[in-house]
Amino acid sequence: MLSRLKRASVENELLYLFLHSRVAQLAALISVLMMGAAALAAFVAPSNPYDLASFDLLDSLLPPSYMDGGDARFLIGTDDQGRDLLSAILYGTRLSLTVGLLSVAFASILGVTLGLMAGYLGGRFDTIVMRIADVQLSLPAILTALLIDGIARGILPQQRHDDLMLVVLTVAIGLSLWVNFARTARASTFVEKNKEYVQATQIMGMHPLRIMFVQILPNILGPIMVILTVDLAVAILLEATLSFLGVGVPPNQPSLGTLIRIGTEYLFSGEWWIVIFPSLTLVVLIVAVNVLGDFLRDALNPKLR
Amino acid sequence: MDKLLSVNNLSVMIPTRFGDFLAVDSINLDVKEGQIHGLVGESGAGKSTIGAAIIGLLETPAFVSSGTIKLLGQSLTELDNQTLEGLRGRRISMIFQDPQTSLNPLLSISDQLVETIRQHRSMSRDEARKAAIELLEETGINNAAQRIDDYPHQFSGGMRQRVVIALALCTEPALIIADEPTTALDVSVQKQILKLIRDLAKQRGVGVILITHDIGVIAEITDEVTVLRYGRVVEHGKTPKVLGSPDETYTQQLMAAVPRLDKRLDRFVNIASDDHRIDGNTAWQVKGANDQHASQWLLNNPTSQSVPAADQTELSTSDSSTSVLQVQNLSVTYDAKRSWFGKKTGFQALNDISFDIKPGEVLGVVGESGSGKSTLAKAIAGLVPVSQGAMWFNGTNLPDAAQRARTHPARRQIQMVFQDPYSSLNNRRTVEAILTESLRFYGLADKGAPSRKLVASMLELVEMPQRAMLKYPHQFSGGQRQRIAIARALMARPDFLICDEPTSALDVSIQAQILNLLKELQKNLGLTIVFISHNLAVVRQMADTVMVLRNGEHVESGLNEDFFTNPAADYSQQLLRESPSLELLLTD
Repeated sequence: MLSRLKRASVENELLYLFLHSRVAQLAALISVLMMGAAALAAFVAPSNPYDLASFDLLDSLLPPSYMDGGDARFLIGTDDQGRDLLSAILYGTRLSLTVGLLSVAFASILGVTLGLMAGYLGGRFDTIVMRIADVQLSLPAILTALLIDGIARGILPQQRHDDLMLVVLTVAIGLSLWVNFARTARASTFVEKNKEYVQATQIMGMHPLRIMFVQILPNILGPIMVILTVDLAVAILLEATLSFLGVGVPPNQPSLGTLIRIGTEYLFSGEWWIVIFPSLTLVVLIVAVNVLGDFLRDALNPKLR
Repeated sequence: MDKLLSVNNLSVMIPTRFGDFLAVDSINLDVKEGQIHGLVGESGAGKSTIGAAIIGLLETPAFVSSGTIKLLGQSLTELDNQTLEGLRGRRISMIFQDPQTSLNPLLSISDQLVETIRQHRSMSRDEARKAAIELLEETGINNAAQRIDDYPHQFSGGMRQRVVIALALCTEPALIIADEPTTALDVSVQKQILKLIRDLAKQRGVGVILITHDIGVIAEITDEVTVLRYGRVVEHGKTPKVLGSPDETYTQQLMAAVPRLDKRLDRFVNIASDDHRIDGNTAWQVKGANDQHASQWLLNNPTSQSVPAADQTELSTSDSSTSVLQVQNLSVTYDAKRSWFGKKTGFQALNDISFDIKPGEVLGVVGESGSGKSTLAKAIAGLVPVSQGAMWFNGTNLPDAAQRARTHPARRQIQMVFQDPYSSLNNRRTVEAILTESLRFYGLADKGAPSRKLVASMLELVEMPQRAMLKYPHQFSGGQRQRIAIARALMARPDFLICDEPTSALDVSIQAQILNLLKELQKNLGLTIVFISHNLAVVRQMADTVMVLRNGEHVESGLNEDFFTNPAADYSQQLLRESPSLELLLTD
C-alpha cells in the first residue's frame, strides 16, 4: 500500500522536494534571474560594451555612481577604457554562460554516447574508450583546454581565430569534461543492460544502437542530469580561468574572466570595483548553479533521502 | 509453558505526505517458550513491520502508535533507547532473509561471533571462542574448530544461514525473530534450516517468531500461526487447525491458491483481490477493442508455420516434423576464454541436454539454483551462445545467439516472460509504447488505430483494463506488471513461449491468478511453453511433461502424472520429499 503510494507519485517527487527546499528555490531563482538578465543583455544593459565607438576615455576608471566622483550613467562604475561595468558584466555573463552551456552540451553528447556504447558493447571498444578517458583524466582540465587553445591558435590565422574563439573554447572545455559523462553513462549502462527489459529487446533482435539509445538512454538520464548541472558550473569557471589567463575570448568581447583579469591590474591602485563586481557575479552564479546541482543529486539519489 | 512475549493491541503508524498509513492495526500476539509462532501474509500485510516493532528497529518515520509489547513481563514500549539497545541482541535476536548480506564479508566468522559474545557476556577471548565453536557445532557446521576462522564467502548459502543462526543464538536470547529465513535458499537446504530452527527452539526453550509468505514453511514447523492481511489479523490459532480447517474465507482462499503437489487442478480459486482498485476509470476504452479481437488475431497467425526453405537441409534424423523444438546434446559454457597459456577455462552451465517439445505442449523444467534452467531458457531464446549441440525449431536449424541473425524468424516466434516484473518492463516508456514495440518492429500491424486497438485488446486478454496502456509500468503492482509482460510477449504473435520463473516474485494469490491466465492462454491459443520453476508444486500444476536438471546435467524426464506419482531418479525423489507441502500437514 505504502510502496504503491510512493511509486504512483515518483514523477512529482522532484517537484515535492523542490517545493520543500528553500535553498534550492533560492538557487533556482538566482540562476533564472542571472541567466535571464544575461540572455536579455542587449535590452537590459545601459550601453553596448562591444561598440568601441561609444566609449569615451574621459569616462575611464569612474567609481560606482553612489561614491564621490561617480557618474549617474555608470551604476557600478567603468573600467580602464571607459566601458560601463554593468553592461560589460551583463554581456560578459552572457558570453560565459553561452560558452558554459555549449561546452557542457558538447561534453555530454560526446561522453554519454561513448560511455553508453562502451558500457553496452564492452570488450575492445570499452577498453579503448576508457583508456583514453584515463589519459584524459590524468591531464588537468585547464591543461587540456590550454593545449587545444594553443593548437588552435597555432593553426588558425589571428583573424579567423577571433571569429572561431567560441568554437575553440567550447571544444577545449568540452574535451576536458567528457570523461565524467562517459564514466557515469558507462556505469549506469552496465546496470541497465543486464535488466530483463533489455534482454527482451535482444531476443526480438532489435538493433544494438536502437537498444542503446531508445531503450537504455532514458533510463540512465537521472545521474547524467546531475553531472550536467555540476559540470555547467565547472565549465563557466574554466572559461573564466582561460579568459583570465588571456587565452579565452578576445579582449574586445569581455567575458567575466576577462573582466576580472583587467580588474586585477587596478586592484592595488584603488579601483576595486573593476575586479569585485565581475568576481561577485561569477561567485554567485557558480554557487547558485552548484547548489541546484547538489539538490538534484540528492533528490535523485534515493539512498540519501 | 510461560508466556515469553505478549503483544497487545499493537498499532504501527507510518506518516506519509499522503496521510498517515496504519501499517499494523491492533495486533495481539503471544509467544511461549520453545514455541514457534508463524506470521503469514502476502506482501503489504505488515508481517515484517510487526517483527521490526518488537525488536525496536522500525525505520523512521514509522512508529508504534498504540499498544504494548511485553517481553518476560517487561514492557518494551516504555523503555528508553539505551536499555532497549541492551535488550535487543541479548534477549531478542533476529535472523534475516539473505545470508549473503547479513554477515560482514570482511570479518571472519570467529571475529563476528566472538565480538558479539563478548559484548553481551563477560568472557575472555578464549572462552568466547570456545563458546562460538560449540555454537557452530550445535547449528550443524562440521569441523567448526577449523572453519571458525573462515570468511563468509567460504561458506555455501545454507551454511551461511547456519552461521547467522549461530550468531543469533550466541547471546542466549529468549526470543528470535526470523524474517523469511529460508526464502533465499533451495528447497533441500530450506528443509534442513527449518529443522534446525525447530530443534533449537525445543532444546533451548527459545521462542521463535517466524515471518514468511510461504504457507508450506508455516505448515512445516510452526506451532501456532497468525494470518495477516492489510496489517490486521485475519485468523489465529494452532497451525493444524488454521491451515487444516480455516474459519475465515481469506485463509481458505489463500490455502486454495497454494499449488499442490498431490493433484493437478484445472484452475486455482481466485482470491477476491483489490488489485484492480487503483485503475479507477475502467470505462475508458479503445473503439472496438476486446479480448476476442486479440485472441482472434493471435489464432489467425498467418506466419505461424512458415518455414524458410533455406535451412531445411539439416533436419535431424528423428521425427522432427512433430516437434516444435528439438534440442540435441546442448552444452553451454560461460566465459570460455582462452587464457594466456592456451588453456580453455570456463564454467559449464549446461551439459549434454536433449529434449523434444511437441506443439501445444508445456514442458516444465525443474531444478535448484545453479541447475542451469535459466541458462537453458537463454540458450533457446538466443541470449547465450551455445558451445556444443544443436537446436531445431519447427524443423529448421535454430542458430544460437552468436549466429542467429537479427532478422531470423525465430526471434519473433520465440518470446520470453521473465522472472522479475520490476526489471522486465522499461520504466521510461508507457505500456502502450512497450506493447507497440513488437508490432512496429515485426511490422505486424499498421501504425495508429489498428495497433492501438490491438494493444487495448491484448490488455483485455491478459485481464487488464484497457486504460492501462496510458500509464507507466511503475504505476502497477507486481502481478499487474507480469500481466503486461505476458501481453508484451504475446504482441509478437509467438508460437513458443519461455516462462522463466514467471511467478516466483509474486504473492501466492497473484501467482494463482497469473498461473490461471497462462493456463487459459495456453489452452485457447495452443501455445507451446517451456515453463521453468524451482517450485515443484507450480510445475505440477502447469506442465504436461517435466524435466529435472541438476548442476547442468539432465536427471530425469517424464509425463507430469508419472513423474509426480513415481519419480525414478533418487534426486527427483529427494526433491519431492523436501518440497514443503500442505499435504504433509493434513496427513499428520
